[in-house]
Amino acid sequence: MNERVSVVIVSHSPDVARGAAAMVRQMVGGDVRVAHCGGNPDGGLGTDVAAIKQCIEQVYSPAGVAVLVDLGGAESNAEMAIEMLPADWQSNVVVCGAPVVEGAVLAATEAAGGGNLAEVRKTAEEFFR
Amino acid sequence: MSPQTPDPLVSRLLDAAVAAIGANVDLLGDLDRAVGDGDHGVNMQRGFSAIAGRRDELAALPLAAALEAMGKVLVMTVGGASGPLYGSLLMAMGRAGAREGATFTAMLDEGVAAVKKRGRSEPGEKTMLDVLVPVQMTWSAACREGLPTAQALERLRRAAEEGLQSTRPLLATKGRASFLRERSIGHLDPGAYSSFLLVNAACSAFQESSQT
Repeated sequence: MNERVSVVIVSHSPDVARGAAAMVRQMVGGDVRVAHCGGNPDGGLGTDVAAIKQCIEQVYSPAGVAVLVDLGGAESNAEMAIEMLPADWQSNVVVCGAPVVEGAVLAATEAAGGGNLAEVRKTAEEFFR
Repeated sequence: MSPQTPDPLVSRLLDAAVAAIGANVDLLGDLDRAVGDGDHGVNMQRGFSAIAGRRDELAALPLAAALEAMGKVLVMTVGGASGPLYGSLLMAMGRAGAREGATFTAMLDEGVAAVKKRGRSEPGEKTMLDVLVPVQMTWSAACREGLPTAQALERLRRAAEEGLQSTRPLLATKGRASFLRERSIGHLDPGAYSSFLLVNAACSAFQESSQT
């Protein structure tokens, strides 16, 4: 049960991040651990490496973490956050190339069904190809 | 210009960079409003204010360690794409500079390579690389020719200016500006502008240090 893939939602907007996380929880209940963050270190629109790292740490398990991001800066900040994690965690955390809201719901649904990290990522990414 | 020396160059670099960004917050914001989301000025200011806030601690470090530490501050405080980009630049320069026998050329090469990797970008895409790559090339050439420092710095400033201007007719294919497609043409890239400012700030700091 604990070995489900977790989901982290990163948006430039705290409201978008919170809303996307609520949609995920509505879909999959408590089966998948979800963390979310949005806003720059001052609370304005943007992303915050420390907050992203904290979200990943909060839901991390060796099953892995799928990170969904909205725009360019969120992606590079998520990459920086992953590089700051312990070395043996890093390959278990992936940034998915999918829209943040739909991607998070798809990823969490796949995770709830017991999909591994590669499957979760694939589900999120391929739906929009 | 040994990258290992703990010298006044660090505080000069830091002060010049903080001043250059601080004096151009509105300009960077305006440039970014034209092609992006308008936050480049305030994001850079947040990062460089955080650096200024740790001035004493940073200025006591040797150049390589100071650059790496400044990069980390930018990564943690900027809040936009420029954080990881400038952060990667400075962290890679610092790491390169910490190695035995490191040259400034190697630092610049590794720093620019880190920006390319982080942004998955190359020059010609209307980004900070359109300033940084010409500066990198110009520096290598100046070293090969054995130019005196003052002359080499003059060439670097010119390369940065020309690189900045080269972004105006370009079509953005990276970052938020790429959403505008053809409408990105005709605007200077805000990231190229901040790189131009920082290169000039660095040149002034080097100039001052070479004269004392």
